[in-house]
Amino acid sequence: MTTLLSIDGVTKRFGRVTAVDRLSLDIRENEFFALLGASGSGKTTLLRMLAGFETPEEGAICLDGADIAHVPPNRRPVNLMFQSYALFPHMTVEGNIAYGLEMERLPRAEIATRVGEIMEITELSQMARRKPDQLSGGQRQRVALARALVKRPRLLLLDEPLGALDKKLRAAMQLELKRLQDEVGITFIVVTHDQEEALVMADRIAILKDGRLLQVGTPHEVYEAPASRYAADFIGVMNFINSAGRTIAIRPERIRLFPDTADRTVEGRVTARAYHGLDLMLHVATGLSPTPLVVRLTAEAADRRPVAQGDTVTLGWNDADTRTFTD
Amino acid sequence: MNASNARSTALMAPALAWLTALMVIPCGLILALGFFRRGIYGGIEYSFTLENFALLLDPLYAGIFLTSARIAGTATLIAVVIGYAAAYAIAAAPRHRQPLLLFLAVLPFWSNYLIRTYAWIVLLNREGLITQFLRMMGYEGEPPSLLYTEGAVIVGLVYNYLPFVILACYAPLSRLNPELAEASRDLGASAFTTFRRVILPMTLHGIAAGAVFVFVLSIGNFITPALLGGGRFQMIGNLIYAQFLTANDWPFGAALSMALIAIMLGLLTLQAMAAEKGAGERREVLDG
Ligand SMILES: Nc1ncnc2c1ncn2[C@@H]1O[C@H](COP(=O)(O)OP(=O)(O)OP(=O)(O)O)[C@@H](O)[C@H]1O
Ligand SMILES: [Mg+2]
Repeated sequence: MTTLLSIDGVTKRFGRVTAVDRLSLDIRENEFFALLGASGSGKTTLLRMLAGFETPEEGAICLDGADIAHVPPNRRPVNLMFQSYALFPHMTVEGNIAYGLEMERLPRAEIATRVGEIMEITELSQMARRKPDQLSGGQRQRVALARALVKRPRLLLLDEPLGALDKKLRAAMQLELKRLQDEVGITFIVVTHDQEEALVMADRIAILKDGRLLQVGTPHEVYEAPASRYAADFIGVMNFINSAGRTIAIRPERIRLFPDTADRTVEGRVTARAYHGLDLMLHVATGLSPTPLVVRLTAEAADRRPVAQGDTVTLGWNDADTRTFTD
Repeated sequence: MNASNARSTALMAPALAWLTALMVIPCGLILALGFFRRGIYGGIEYSFTLENFALLLDPLYAGIFLTSARIAGTATLIAVVIGYAAAYAIAAAPRHRQPLLLFLAVLPFWSNYLIRTYAWIVLLNREGLITQFLRMMGYEGEPPSLLYTEGAVIVGLVYNYLPFVILACYAPLSRLNPELAEASRDLGASAFTTFRRVILPMTLHGIAAGAVFVFVLSIGNFITPALLGGGRFQMIGNLIYAQFLTANDWPFGAALSMALIAIMLGLLTLQAMAAEKGAGERREVLDG
């Protein structure tokens, strides 16, 4: 795979705050790339540098091998969907979406077709004539998405694109984004708070903390082999056990109930149980960690040996399923 | 009527009484005056006539209305361009410095209108500061005639009413979300297109408010044309002044005043309707 975008040692400071700190990252052609990080970790700042609204103090940003540091935003084949949407309040939904195509001076008929198509996909056709202040939060978000998508840029930057949507629409839009990406062949960089969303959608994930890159990898890699305790905690649910100055981490689905054979076993009392779809989550208080261990059982395993709140159970796992951190 | 309605009526009463006593009644009296005849030796003869209003259409007087509208219109145009640019610059300055800049922009209001106008005489007269400056730069010819020209009147009007435009345009400009301009650039628009299609339409109501202010205040002005125009450029204000105080034709003066008030009210109503329409459209679709 060829590299589309290469970010090399980029730093951006606001006064005394270093929003992005010597960050290097390569984004491949047609990749669906997720940026994950807590609030204030520099995700928006990084996207704004890629779109051309901030200039890095150090480092270089190359698109298709050419340094784009001094290319103004309107001349970059890059589009940004703003976290605040930034819809034009005096234009209709249709007008907002058509704006970017009008700037390309495309024929009217083509603009109408492309705007119509994208409104169909984002389920906005009914609202074509409305103004942004007559839309719900989720509808506005879809207008912002449609407005960026319709341009078919080389690189599409999405800042929390699905944050305001309800769960069902969100899942539908996740699939829709993936489908669109395959169809149009655009490279996506998506910022999200939601690690589950990143796992579902992304080809690769980068985890940011305080402007620095902690880890990059496929969803499988960052989930199964987190590089640090922070990364392990950030993605998915993780149990941490302190032992002799080290931290042992194990995923809830790797812990077994009443195991026949296991490298480690421990007894504990069930303090809570909750269904998550097909899976059963148990909270088991043990002496190993201050908070109860979280154990995830499949419906099958739960049926085989039913447990109730207050029961005493034996937990076991294999060392190969744990990760050890020294920080 | 419920309690809160009663309270708001009570709160408005002093203002309404004030307006009635000092605005509505005098205006009514002036309007009534317009329908009477002028007495032979001045004064008023109380017999009904429409002559005064018919006289407004006389080319001589209609011409003065047109001249006034032209001067006020030019002043408005110049004030809007300069005022908008100034408001734009203030809104783009760092947040904490904006109050000071606004204060400086309205500072002239703290001095008397007459004094401010006299200051222009000092600047513009044949041996005034501008001529002296030109001499210093080595200019030898005739001093330029700047004072007592239409240009001087326009400069005086623009100078006096510019702060209104700055204030009226600053309000929407400072409230504009900077990400809108960024979104426009991101979608491929140049800085100029961004201004024309996003910033300007979103601040147009400020321009309209400022423009109506300047126009209405300019078209009825009589001090500036009297002092800076030297009486050579009659505007409606001067004409009305003359009817009441020198020609002693109060009924015709009243008819002129009414025509002027009608023009002003018409413009202010149009502007209020335009502002209301923008707000109304939004409500309508939400309810429907
Ligand atoms: N224009 C600015 N001026 C000063 N500081 C800024 C500016 N923009 C961002 N920062 C600071 O830079 C850091 C990174 O901000 P950024 O907006 O990139 O975070 P983020 O990861 O997008 O957070 P969130 O998830 O809340 O959107 C923060 O500490 C923020 O306060
Ligand atoms: Mg952000």
